[in-house]
Amino acid sequence: MLSVQNLSVSYGQSNVIPDMSFSAAAGEILGIVGRNGMGKSTLFRALIGMLPSRGGRILLKDREITRDAPHQRVGHGVAFVPQGRMIFPYLTVYENLISGVRGKVSEEAVNEIYALFPVLRDMKKRKGGNLSGGQQQQLAIGRALMTNPSVLLLDEPTEGIQPSIIKDISRSLREIRDMKNLTIVVSEQVLSFVLDTCDSIKVIDRGRLIREDRRADVDAEQIKAMLAV
Amino acid sequence: MFSQYTTEELYNIFLMQCFSGLSLFSVLLLMGLGLALIFGQMGVINMAHGEFMALGAYTVYFCSSMTEQYAPSLGPYYFVFAIGIAFAICALVGALVEFLMIRHLYHRPLDTLLATWGLSLIMQQTYRSLFGAREVTPTLPDWLMGSFNIKEGLDIPINGVFVLCLALAVTLVLMVFMYKSKFGLRLRATVQNRKMSGAVGINTGKVDRLAFSLGCGIAGIAGAAFTTIGSTGPDSGSRYIVDAFLVVVFGGAANLLGSVASAFGIAQAQSILEFFLDGTKGKVATLLVIVIALMFRPQGLFPSKVRGH
Ligand SMILES: Nc1ncnc2c1ncn2[C@@H]1O[C@H](COP(=O)(O)OP(=O)(O)OP(=O)(O)O)[C@@H](O)[C@H]1O
Ligand SMILES: [Mg+2]
Repeated sequence: MLSVQNLSVSYGQSNVIPDMSFSAAAGEILGIVGRNGMGKSTLFRALIGMLPSRGGRILLKDREITRDAPHQRVGHGVAFVPQGRMIFPYLTVYENLISGVRGKVSEEAVNEIYALFPVLRDMKKRKGGNLSGGQQQQLAIGRALMTNPSVLLLDEPTEGIQPSIIKDISRSLREIRDMKNLTIVVSEQVLSFVLDTCDSIKVIDRGRLIREDRRADVDAEQIKAMLAV
Repeated sequence: MFSQYTTEELYNIFLMQCFSGLSLFSVLLLMGLGLALIFGQMGVINMAHGEFMALGAYTVYFCSSMTEQYAPSLGPYYFVFAIGIAFAICALVGALVEFLMIRHLYHRPLDTLLATWGLSLIMQQTYRSLFGAREVTPTLPDWLMGSFNIKEGLDIPINGVFVLCLALAVTLVLMVFMYKSKFGLRLRATVQNRKMSGAVGINTGKVDRLAFSLGCGIAGIAGAAFTTIGSTGPDSGSRYIVDAFLVVVFGGAANLLGSVASAFGIAQAQSILEFFLDGTKGKVATLLVIVIALMFRPQGLFPSKVRGH
């Protein structure tokens, strides 16, 4: 579904991701774990197109999207939940949800999101900026789902969120995946979340993927050691 | 100092200055709305905004001449259509300017400032070549002339009332547009977080072009309104641009209501003070009031509040 080939990403002179390749199948939940500053957000920004790629290719199904602008990638079926959530603070919850939708808004789709995250229905008229961190995270995921993606990218969705809500988010993600056969790529530092959620796990270190496991044969202790500073 | 007037006369003069202030208010409001829209959306300070206003005024003049020449029977109605045409032409030219110039200068505020200033000179020169250096006045339909006689010594000009209604109607439509339409939603999203807007699927470049075009179109309506209170020359626009900027700075670029209030305050202060002091002193006094007000409210009159921002 999503395939990354020899991707290279830089900020000016500093080449944060030198050469990265991986792919994720339809219906797969792929976790990318790594310590602070290892290049997780950089990878995601390159995937959605907020950062240009210096080299390599990004393919969605068989379509190359490496040179597309972010809104075009969204149109082709990629959706992004950024680190820090980036809710539009002065738009209402409802407006946030429909902000990226092209053409007519389907109320059915909105209701589907409300069913997934009931708290959003209760707060649909509130300004996004007035929601709590956990509520904003659910809104950010809902907003991404509204464009009906085939690949969902989530950058550290558990950052600053309490354990019970982390469990909710994990459950919702698996539910969505089962419902739509969605490919999900999620970056994390919290290993327990990844173990709960993902089908396979990759470890990123200084812009390189240094280890890959299926969940069944993950050695949690070894990965924990890699995440320790 | 006012010994030649009776209290009664002074009171009437005060009221009439208020009404001439309302015409100025209307023009400033429309100018300010367009400027704020463009600045808020793209961070572009459009130095040519006054020239777009002049373009609107010249369009009305052109429509007036055409009507007189080819369809004099339409004389009483042409003005209403001319307002629409002024909007359309300015919006079109605005879209063209955005496409050819502004979008290439993104993230370079100083360059856009210089570029739009250059554009304003080019536009002024074009007006001079096309319409001459002399000021022109369209023939206004009879129903716009004359005034309501409230009482002895107190006349309210009809064109002022018309222009006021026009400005308020445009403000209202713009507000509904911003808060109820899909485009308005995309525009507000882009203003709040441009990068994220792209990443949720909004074509921000297209939103920019529409916003710039809409801002210029509203300047065109301002120009049409302007023809009812003054005659149009190549540099008419540049005479209003500073006041229009004041409206934006004072009102806060993100807030329509702020623009309305500040345009009102500035126009009234100027037109009342202008009579009792004189032109320049009136302007200086207005400026002084604004500077003092901004010291207490640096974000303008109506800053918006949301948690965490
Ligand atoms: N805008 C930028 N300009 C220059 N360097 C940057 C920029 N953003 C990030 N970097 C650098 O790129 C590297 C990777 O950063 P990135 O944000 O991708 O890490 P991360 O894995 O997401 O970390 P975290 O877990 O803290 O979010 C870091 O060394 C960082 O300093
Ligand atoms: Mg990060």
